[in-house]
Amino acid sequence: MITFLQRAVIMGIPLLFGATGETITEKSGHLNLGIPGILYVGAISGVIGAFFYENSVGAANIVPILAILIPLLCSILGSLLMGLIYSFFTVSLRANQNVTGLALTTFGVGIGNFFGGSLIRLSGADVPSINLTATSNCFKSKLPFVDSMGWFGELFLSYSFLAYLGIIIAVVTAVIMRRTRVGLHLRAVGENPATADAAGIPVEKYKYFSTCIGSVIAGLGGLYYIMDYAYGVWSNNGFGDRGWLAIALVIFTVWKTDLGILGAFLFGGLLIIHNYIPNLGVADQELIKALPYVVTIIVLVIVSARKRRENQPPQSLGLSYFREER
Amino acid sequence: MAVPAIELRNITKVFLGKVVANKNVNLTVNYGEILSILGENGSGKTTLMNMIAGIYYPDEGQIFINGEEALIVSPKDAFKYRIGMIHQHFKLVDVFTATENIILGLKDEERYDTKKAAVQVKAIADQYGFELDPDKKIYEMSVSEKQTVEIIKVLYRGADILILDEPTAVLTPQETEKLFAVLRRMREDGKAIIIITHKLHEVLELSDRVSVLRKGEYIGTVETKDATEASLTEMMVGKKVELNIERPDPKDPEERLIVAHLSVKNREGLTVLKDVSFTAMSGEILGIAGIAGSGQRELLETIAGLQPIEYGGVQYITPESGKIEYLRDKTPMEIRELGVRLSFVPEDRLGMGLVGNMDITDNMMLRSYRRGRTMFLERKAPQSLAERIIEQLQVTPSGTSTPVRRLSGGNVQKVLVGREIAAAPTVLMAAYPVRGLDINSSYMIYDLLNAQKKNGVAVIFVGEDLDVLTALCDRIMVIGQGSITGIVDGRTASKEEIGLLMTKGGHVS
Repeated sequence: MITFLQRAVIMGIPLLFGATGETITEKSGHLNLGIPGILYVGAISGVIGAFFYENSVGAANIVPILAILIPLLCSILGSLLMGLIYSFFTVSLRANQNVTGLALTTFGVGIGNFFGGSLIRLSGADVPSINLTATSNCFKSKLPFVDSMGWFGELFLSYSFLAYLGIIIAVVTAVIMRRTRVGLHLRAVGENPATADAAGIPVEKYKYFSTCIGSVIAGLGGLYYIMDYAYGVWSNNGFGDRGWLAIALVIFTVWKTDLGILGAFLFGGLLIIHNYIPNLGVADQELIKALPYVVTIIVLVIVSARKRRENQPPQSLGLSYFREER
Repeated sequence: MAVPAIELRNITKVFLGKVVANKNVNLTVNYGEILSILGENGSGKTTLMNMIAGIYYPDEGQIFINGEEALIVSPKDAFKYRIGMIHQHFKLVDVFTATENIILGLKDEERYDTKKAAVQVKAIADQYGFELDPDKKIYEMSVSEKQTVEIIKVLYRGADILILDEPTAVLTPQETEKLFAVLRRMREDGKAIIIITHKLHEVLELSDRVSVLRKGEYIGTVETKDATEASLTEMMVGKKVELNIERPDPKDPEERLIVAHLSVKNREGLTVLKDVSFTAMSGEILGIAGIAGSGQRELLETIAGLQPIEYGGVQYITPESGKIEYLRDKTPMEIRELGVRLSFVPEDRLGMGLVGNMDITDNMMLRSYRRGRTMFLERKAPQSLAERIIEQLQVTPSGTSTPVRRLSGGNVQKVLVGREIAAAPTVLMAAYPVRGLDINSSYMIYDLLNAQKKNGVAVIFVGEDLDVLTALCDRIMVIGQGSITGIVDGRTASKEEIGLLMTKGGHVS
């Protein structure tokens, strides 16, 4: 049971990163369907950084702090670039957000697999994957006294720093959204950019910043997935549909990132629960894996039926804003 | 004399290099007074005020605030000069509370604290006699409460100069009274207040001075105590301009469309039409005059079967057979299946009339696609109709495959009117068919309407230019705030007469 919960959390953390990033972006009125691609780019950028660092000094001699910082920085840069591309197209050029997002997803997956493939050839491995166990161990290092604390330690303290970072980011985001002027302004931009503009809020700046910050956070989800969940092993197309699940999670949690923490663990649990139910056929397993989507649809139906305005998506989500258009 | 709060000198604003919205406007506002800006639709009142509020920037002329020349290029600059504008369309975020909306956009001078702000909001509300719950969400508010939020928003920012763009258009008489009381209290408090309106009685009741605009030009400013409704109307509509529009006499007019005691509510449940009764005759053009938003659009849409009727009915009398059809509670398709040949040229050409991204032929098919016998679309007839319209109405560019969105306004209108006329209607309704069109295109549309009239069609023409209405129409029906305030003979009626009728009308609530 403890193992199941622990695995559920680990499974849920990449979704949490993705959903937090997407929520921040959506609050500015931009529906970024490029999240799946950004997860790939965030991951592969980190992998590239780690790969070259490990290869330059040798896996045995790496300095833990550098082994963490280099992939982290690379990952942030990679997803920041994706965020910039997306915001340039949708904010400055006012391109269709859905089309841009889907293009970024295709692009990001392609980039990930391309560089992944290249690195696999560079490493000359027999299996089609890159093994960065040394770096991964640095990422996975946990508090030294955890093992002595029994089930409590295992359940609450056994995760790597990125997992806690994800939870902290989600909480901080929720507080910023609700309790600060920046949050108020950002929400106003997403709800009604014309009003925000008239109130003197720099609409484009807010849109750019929230999209880019959202991308970076989502990209960290990719990094966490590779370095922690997958033990530092990159294999092409390894993400499955986690990116889409993150977007579903945003709807599931009605655009609240603190709810997202619980939602992510729930989704994580639903994704792996088939491993813990004995005597399941392949078909049943797949059915159970679809559960997160089913609950998202149910939530969507309930939220729409209740018509609580606070639980609706930002009003101008998906719409470009152009001041002189009347 | 004290330094005026605002002084405008020779302000000129031209849109897109050709549409002159304001031309050499001069006016002043003092602290402790209420100035009304009066003018018809499209006379440039709002544009002028937007220049003071930093939404637009004037092409020529200067703005002086407190005697010093001011450069206002953004709403922020306007705040800096303590100018606050309450727009006609509220700029509020629905899911925020009143307080959140009021403090939106303010700088971090002190800690973000909605509770403290709510107390200040309440204090301002009490000072001027507003009723407002600072924690109420905007989407739960009535229109007048939303307006209150807007006014307090500018007061909270310390505005001393307030501009209100048609604040009473959305209010009931009681709410209007309350608002006026508040505005008077602000005047006593030494604020300068500008109110845009076209309701004469409000001007006379509230303001100290009136400045009149007509077609973008500044006509003059008078003291309210020296003005009467008649003198203001004359300033507003001006001398009659002779237009050389043909007006043949109606030939054998007979009743075609009878509207009786029609009452209609809009989606928000407000009454937009109240006890409207009239008859449209074949072979005549019935003009509808009125201030924008008085119910013209709803009237046409109701006849066309697009809006539900609350009370009353619409009868159509079939030519020759004289059979009466009742159009109430029927969809446009059902109306057409009855054999009622009704054509509608809506105000919103590319929204309701045509599909911008489709070409001319496809747009023709929107009206005829049901005629095909096979599962595939029949394109030949629409294609030749498109070609005929392009040739006869001189639509440019002349290809049938040009997306309609790429045509100029005048050509879009030609395509739309051409299509509606091709359906051989017996009733043709056109809402603002010449809006935004140049002189030549306008005259072509007038000719088309006249040709239909000669064919015995009952034409209903909603217009805004009184010169055109009095030159083109046989009868002119004036609509004011959802009810008919008079039907006059187009050949003898004066613009003043119509102008006065336009500003009357029982208030709907």
